[in-house]
Amino acid sequence: MIEKILLISLVLFMIAIALLLYRVIVGPSMPDRAIGLDTIGVNLISSIAIVSILLKTKAFLEAILILGILAFIGTIAFSKYIERGVIVERKSNR
Amino acid sequence: MKINDVILRTVVKAVVFIILTLGVYLFFAGHNAPGGGFIGGLVLGSAVVLLYLTYDIETVHKGMPFDFKKVAAFGVLLATGTAIGSIFFNVPFLTQAAREFHFPLLGETHLSTVMIFEAGVALTVIGTLVTIILSISEDE
Repeated sequence: MIEKILLISLVLFMIAIALLLYRVIVGPSMPDRAIGLDTIGVNLISSIAIVSILLKTKAFLEAILILGILAFIGTIAFSKYIERGVIVERKSNR
Repeated sequence: MKINDVILRTVVKAVVFIILTLGVYLFFAGHNAPGGGFIGGLVLGSAVVLLYLTYDIETVHKGMPFDFKKVAAFGVLLATGTAIGSIFFNVPFLTQAAREFHFPLLGETHLSTVMIFEAGVALTVIGTLVTIILSISEDE
């Protein structure tokens, strides 16, 4: 029973990632693409967690942590590029 | 125009230490579990990149006055330098040794020279990663 629920939720996550991929490719504006990529990262983390429940293993927990860190840094870099046009500043103006 | 990014700066001050802790854990877990010098170096390097993203190059250089090209070069030197030990003991090149030691407070500890090699790999990865990110993100 619980296995069936986990499999159904995994399929739903995959459908969500496919829809978000459409938003990332077509997306009318750049903030849409940034939000789409961040949400793809969150969905990937959730599906890795479900896979590790299904396989009854703890081996993927580091992958979840690293994916969370990289999604965080990627979102910050994207939003900074959209907002200011430069990612690493030489000297901040304040 | 004045930029207001108080939330980002406050969050990053706490998050950088979490990322550094995870990087050091991955570095030491690498003997029997997923991890090791390469992945630990990648996570540590991403913490440095996060600092460069949030603050600017001059502020980070005030705290970490390293030339990251020299860090990468020192890492390669350390990793290949562990091969020198194998010359004196008449064993094949890059042979590593390991032994159980007994420390007063820590108990039985497994120490090996692979740790020095892995530290060299981690330093190389940190230096290369930060150098690449800084080079491709520079304006002009």
